[in-house]
Order: sequence, then C-alpha cells, then structure tokens
Amino acid sequence: METDLTLNHFLMISGLLFAIGLAGVLVRRNIIVIFMCLELMLAAANLSLVAFSRFGGENGMPNYDGQVLLFFIITVAAAEVAVGLAIIVALFRTRETTDVSDVTSMKN
Amino acid sequence: MTFLFYIFAALTLVGGIGVVVYKNPVSSAFAMILSFLGLAALFIQLDAYLVGILQILVYAGAIMVLFLFIIMLMDVKAEENKTFRGGAILGAILVMGGFAAALVKVLLDSRIGEGKLAPLAESEQSDVHAIGDLLFTQYWFPVQIVGVLLLVATVGVVVLSKKEMK
Repeated sequence: METDLTLNHFLMISGLLFAIGLAGVLVRRNIIVIFMCLELMLAAANLSLVAFSRFGGENGMPNYDGQVLLFFIITVAAAEVAVGLAIIVALFRTRETTDVSDVTSMKN
Repeated sequence: MTFLFYIFAALTLVGGIGVVVYKNPVSSAFAMILSFLGLAALFIQLDAYLVGILQILVYAGAIMVLFLFIIMLMDVKAEENKTFRGGAILGAILVMGGFAAALVKVLLDSRIGEGKLAPLAESEQSDVHAIGDLLFTQYWFPVQIVGVLLLVATVGVVVLSKKEMK
C-alpha cells in the first residue's frame, strides 16, 4: 500500500492534541475535567511515541522498544488515574467542591 | 489509507475540543472516549495493533468508566451555570496558538519527519509476539517494578478512600 503519510502528519496531530489538552487545563475550573485534559496530553505524547517507533525501525520492522515503553506508560497512567481520582474524592468529601478556584488554602 | 488517517485524526481532535468546551463533565467524558477511539485507530494505522487495543481496553474502557463513576458521585448541576472567564480563554488561545505555530515551524524546518510510511517487511511474528518477547526477556525487571507500583497504587487508593483519615 503506497501512502503519502509521513512522520510529520502524526507528530502534527500529536502536537495539536497536546495543545488542546493544555488549553483545557488553562480554561477549565472543574478539577475532574482538568484531570481529563491531563490524560489527553499524556495520550498525545503516546501518539508521537508510537509514530517514532513505527518510523524509527530498521529492516522494515518497527522499533518495538517504543511500544514496550508505551505499554509501561499505559500501566503507570492507569495507576495514576486511580490515585488522582481518590484524591479528588477525598477533596470533595472535605470541601464539598470540585472547583479549583474554591481550593485556595495555600494562598496567603 | 491517507483518507482514513484524516478521518480518524479529525475524530481525535474533535473529541479533544469537545472535552474542553462541553460544560457538563459527563459530555466531556464521552467526548474523551471519542477522542481515544480515534487515537486507537491512528495507532492501528501505524501497525501497532497491541497498543491500539490496549488504548481501547484500558483508556476508553477502564479509565473512562472510572471517571464517569466519580463524576456520578459529585454534583454536576452546580457546574452548569458557571461561565468561562475571558482572561483564561484569551490566555489559552495565546498559549495554544503559540504552541501550534512553534510546532509547525519546527516540523517544516527539520527533516526528521519526511520519510513516507513504508509497508512493513513480511514477518512470521505478530507484534503481540514481538512485544511479549521483549517484555518477558529484556524488560523483565521493569515489568516486576510496574507490578509493585500497581500494588502500591491499590493500597494507596484504599487508604485515601477510608472514611477516617488520621
């Protein structure tokens, strides 16, 4: 199958997805949505990892080391989401809010 | 192939924008599932079948169900009448535009990304086989570490969720 797709196409999508996630972190006030946007940025980084793995291989094979790294990233991300959501639940239990502008005890 | 790439790339980006603009967190979560499905399709287009399936199972399946479950526990109605602040939107557009401009400049100037997507060589092994081989030989120690990390995370979540925090 001949295609015109280059590494640039995939890196571009990855970068745009990262930028959208970053904008979401800046705009949104709801801590759950901010957390989702963080996941979006992580997923965007995953895309460039897979793209580099596919294009950086030798002898017509992908570089599988990149995909192994992605396997570890997905595992760690799952653990991170579980802990993060537990912290959000603990926050909601003590403060009754999910709005980050209401959580300002560290501000003098 | 190229046609499918643009469809799934658009799906991914539209899903991502949906996460940011929907006011209701439940709609955001569903937009995020859409985005992850498009991303998994892009992975599969890059011949990373195992990773694409993992993306659907772990992210679109497990993680998003966890998010929806937590959203369900909280008060969604209170969020809906809050408006976005103008300053934050302006800042976000500036940051996003600057980032996208820098990205385009770097990608156009560098030559690393010019190689075309060539078909893979014929191979007896599937990619599941190749990745499994690496995981259980060369990367055996990191696999153990990740196992311990998952255990620590599980214990940590149980401690965090206990009613009485001492």
